[in-house]
Amino acid sequence: MSDALLSVSGLTRRFDVSKPLLNRVIEREDRQFLTAAADVAFEIRRGETFALVGESGSGKSTIAKMIVGLLEPSEGEIRFDGKGMDFASGSAMRALRRRFQMIFQDPFASLNPRWRVGDIIAEPIRTFGLLRGAAIGAEVGRLLDLVGLSASDAEKFPHEFSGGQRQRIAIARALSSKPEFIVCDEPTSALDVSVQAQILNLMRDLQDEFGLTYLLISHDLSVVRHMSNRIGVLYLGRLVEVAEAKRLFTEPQHPYTQMLLAAVPDLALSGRRRTPVTGEIPNPINPPPGCAFHPRCPHVMDHCRTDAPASHPTASGEAACHLLAPSRAAAQTAQD
Amino acid sequence: MTAISNKPPLLSVRDLVVEFPTRRGTLRALDQVSFDIAEGEVLGMVGESGAGKSLTGAAIIGLLEPPGRIAGGEVWLRGERIDNLSVEKMRRIRGRRIGMVFQDPLTSLNPLYTVAEQLIETIRTHIDVSEKEARKRAIALLDRVGIPAAARRIDDYPHHFSGGMRQRVVIALALSAEPELVIADEPTTALDVSGQAQIIDVLKDICAERGASVMLITHDMGVIAETADRVAVLYAGRMAEIGPVRDVVQAAEHPYTAGLMGAIPTLTQTADRLTQIPGSMPRLNAIPQGCAFNPRCPRVFDRCRAERPELIARASGRHVACWLYETETENV
Repeated sequence: MSDALLSVSGLTRRFDVSKPLLNRVIEREDRQFLTAAADVAFEIRRGETFALVGESGSGKSTIAKMIVGLLEPSEGEIRFDGKGMDFASGSAMRALRRRFQMIFQDPFASLNPRWRVGDIIAEPIRTFGLLRGAAIGAEVGRLLDLVGLSASDAEKFPHEFSGGQRQRIAIARALSSKPEFIVCDEPTSALDVSVQAQILNLMRDLQDEFGLTYLLISHDLSVVRHMSNRIGVLYLGRLVEVAEAKRLFTEPQHPYTQMLLAAVPDLALSGRRRTPVTGEIPNPINPPPGCAFHPRCPHVMDHCRTDAPASHPTASGEAACHLLAPSRAAAQTAQD
Repeated sequence: MTAISNKPPLLSVRDLVVEFPTRRGTLRALDQVSFDIAEGEVLGMVGESGAGKSLTGAAIIGLLEPPGRIAGGEVWLRGERIDNLSVEKMRRIRGRRIGMVFQDPLTSLNPLYTVAEQLIETIRTHIDVSEKEARKRAIALLDRVGIPAAARRIDDYPHHFSGGMRQRVVIALALSAEPELVIADEPTTALDVSGQAQIIDVLKDICAERGASVMLITHDMGVIAETADRVAVLYAGRMAEIGPVRDVVQAAEHPYTAGLMGAIPTLTQTADRLTQIPGSMPRLNAIPQGCAFNPRCPRVFDRCRAERPELIARASGRHVACWLYETETENV
């Protein structure tokens, strides 16, 4: 527990998706809520890369936004370096914000097109008052150099750069406030594979050099496999499994993880016939009762339809599935 | 070469050149691209953004956006030249003999018509059947592509379907006139990983059943590796390498293909770092002299900077546009 840089517990976020009041009165409907994240708990250790994977709508980005303080959780707690995040206090949040940064998916949207690259990178330095005067320019040059661009690029505008170069600029900006923790939300999904390789290698080098901790959000399982130490699998806003990266891919415990892994097309040409995932992710406004995955689960049992499964420890993490309950596992072993 | 190539190919593209005239001179987006697709074959077409993958597909079916135009080369469909047909004649080939599946299933369906209306219209445009028969065929098709309760859902509008289901409808639409060739341009890019596998399987199985060939355009090598029989690699509008998918993926010969394969993280690899190709693909107005890849190539030599390599036939039935393999061929 002591080496956890960030820990979240009971993290829940509901969005109000009700119709307007008049419609509700006329149509006799209740308020409706979409639960984007439900009782999510995990911790990220100092210096590691923790990844969150899941399909669209599984709550990956919602969790990332809550962690960097862009969204307030409905319930639950986020602790950063031992201190609880206090959304009510502006000054406390501001002090914390210097220590974590975010890299977004779309480098075409995340850089202000009317600012010069130098100003974009210098903004966090100025905002947090880290440096003054000419030192800022020198620091911007150093950061550009660090991410593989040249110091003279500070004079240019974002449109003069390709997608990969823009993502380098976004990384330089994220590094400028000397953060310890960076949330990377799909950092390479807008890029081509050869550029993706450059960015992933750069992220690794920077992590080694500055001891950064990453939270990586991605739907690309091979990127996640390559980059992370531990992985959390999300389904409908619920964390169904957490495991060490290598273990997750060799011994997935939760049926959903198994299904997801079996579905990924891979270069390995193992000749295996992929097991296609059956069904689709249900509507998060009315998630299925019990285990949210039960309508698609090949091992569904009666109590999956009524009782939400608790998290059970596995070889390298935990998984929320009735199959893994100690009594059940023991019965299984006895049968075998 | 392979057994398939004894028969005349279904589609044959020869030295295709596509140009975009601009105020600052003409941009050559496709430069002498040649390849064949055999009957029943799945040809994967890969490359990075801007390499000309989608443009190749668009040029074949005559849907180049002006001012883009075919400036050279020929396209033959079952022995008939189709690149110089009139708009009207091309329209009859498009849909009837060549079906298309585009990336975004939402924009390839008309939101104002039900799925039934769109399918029946397409079927009756190309095949002479009654409305009732067309509807029966449409339901059978939807059922085949895996839409549950097809008979009921056929009267729904596109927005009633999820992304994966919509792409199934698009596949049904592309196959409704029983085409000989289906051009699928990034059919799974807009979908989640779990949906990708389903769509690729449906596309592959249904085309195999009907004997239709597929040209699968994608940047996802994983999809290609599991689906295609042969793969063509494009770089800066030129063909870098083409050959059986297993050979190209596992033992790439062109340095660009080799770099591309090394750059892709896989589920089984153990390497700490990905191979990276320095730099990025040149812009169309600044394609280097000689081999387009020479400034980024780790094995570049003098000749690469001066002369452009032709596709060189190699033993395994693959073709590589690289000077490294020229001398070897001469010795053989």
